[in-house]
Amino acid sequence: MKILVAVKRVVDHNVRIRVRPDGSGVETNGVRMSMNPFCKHAVEAAVQLAEAGAADEIVIVSIGPKQSNDVILTALAMGAHRGILVEADQPLETLVIAKLLAKVVEEEQPDLVLLGKQAVDDDSNHVGQMLAALTNRPQATFASEIKLDGHALEVTREVDSGRETIALPLPAIVTADLRLNTPRNAALPMVMKARSKPLAVRPVAEFGVDLSPRLTVEKVSPPPERAAGVTVNSVAELAAIIATDVNEMEAI
Amino acid sequence: MGVLLLAELDNGALSASTARIAAAAAQLGPVDILVPGPRAAADQAATIAGVAKVLHAKEALLADGLADLLASLAEGYNVIAASASTTGKDVMPRLAAKLDIQPVTDIVAVEGANRFVRPIYAGNALETVTDPQQKHVLTFRASAFRPAASGNAAPVETLDTEIASAARFIAAHRTQSDIPDLSTAQIVVGGGVSVGSAEGFKLVEALGKTLGAAVGATRAAVDAGYAPNDWQVGQTGKIIAPDLYIAVGISGALQHLAGIQGAKKIIAINTDPEAPLVKIADVALIGDLFEILPQLTAELEKSGVKR
Repeated sequence: MKILVAVKRVVDHNVRIRVRPDGSGVETNGVRMSMNPFCKHAVEAAVQLAEAGAADEIVIVSIGPKQSNDVILTALAMGAHRGILVEADQPLETLVIAKLLAKVVEEEQPDLVLLGKQAVDDDSNHVGQMLAALTNRPQATFASEIKLDGHALEVTREVDSGRETIALPLPAIVTADLRLNTPRNAALPMVMKARSKPLAVRPVAEFGVDLSPRLTVEKVSPPPERAAGVTVNSVAELAAIIATDVNEMEAI
Repeated sequence: MGVLLLAELDNGALSASTARIAAAAAQLGPVDILVPGPRAAADQAATIAGVAKVLHAKEALLADGLADLLASLAEGYNVIAASASTTGKDVMPRLAAKLDIQPVTDIVAVEGANRFVRPIYAGNALETVTDPQQKHVLTFRASAFRPAASGNAAPVETLDTEIASAARFIAAHRTQSDIPDLSTAQIVVGGGVSVGSAEGFKLVEALGKTLGAAVGATRAAVDAGYAPNDWQVGQTGKIIAPDLYIAVGISGALQHLAGIQGAKKIIAINTDPEAPLVKIADVALIGDLFEILPQLTAELEKSGVKR
């Protein structure tokens, strides 16, 4: 089986982000960047399938500026075999990303495409589902368990009511949730080895996809600030406050 | 032209969040609600104020089938919308790509016919977007909107559609409980990893029960196995907007704070006065949760809070 994993370079999830005062967006200059956490779970799932003998090739694809090489290298160090960077300097909407990935799927013909369920910058949670539509493949989003059974997958999904299990024939698209696995930290020899693995850099224009945005971002603003409140000193005081609040609550 | 809204169903019953997303959708035009489930759920959807018509279809649980069904109905509408629930998140981007539309999702405010506000970066920034496309595919965060009233009697039309899916539903593993739904609850009691065990969460649940509250948990508490995954509140779990949120032993990781920003009032119970969540709480009590919780529950029982 051949697996394609799409990964995104984002502002590191531990960085407290700052909205630019002019409302043009979030400050990304001089901010630590890393692989989107959900993408790491997708890479780990692919590597585990390969280690179990279920996959013989893992291809990593990322779309973004030249620096996105870093996250591809991270994935190669985790155990993937080769990388493709679709180099694009401008911000791209999720539909454009999905169209570009559909072109890569057409070229590579993977049996399984793994993605993170969402990127922690725009929190969209679109691309896997869109890619599934564009490639006319079944999808299993928010996966917390993936089992391969011959030429079909059994995926457990994290949903609002708990979990559910679905079966889907390959080829298919699966997006990873956090409890799918624990991503490994690549050991130094693997990091060194990653640098010698093939990594193709392809200009985005090569794919013939219309890159123009459909939406206009008017502004980006910080959320309303919460002011610090009061500290009470006893359980009785707290109970009185809660009781008052609850009794005054509007019934809906 | 108007809005085609996918009803939110929970185990075949109409979810309380449907009335909330109906209120959001009604700001954009007359609303037809699609109910792919039991007839009783369709009849209940017909009572929601502002609904012009209910479209009742056979039960569909999987994204490809639901997206196909919505796509087959799309022509008559300029907005196709759903809740930003795990169902809406699964289905709507797939539908959007089928229709070659860039969707706008997780909308928390409607500022005009095609102007919407959505949180990004775990709610640490708000993005205002204009969507000039002819047709819009949208999801609304139910917790950000007040529910539409009931008392309507909209007509119910049954659709004769066959829904096919390449995937196959095997089983649902539902968390059994009689606790109110987190994403629409008026009061939520949440526990963090300091609660220490599933046993410790019983104290959190007891307080919740006294208040008629839903129970939430942080990602760390869920990862540690103290609470089921559908209790998780945060960037990657549920987004809540209760009138009152009581955070017990929660330090306030960024990704958890993302899920509670819509709470009107926050009360923190924590040993650490410097915890980020204590810093943003309206009321804080510093101390050991294992001592405080039983006392607090007993006090509230005694004072006879009525919900």
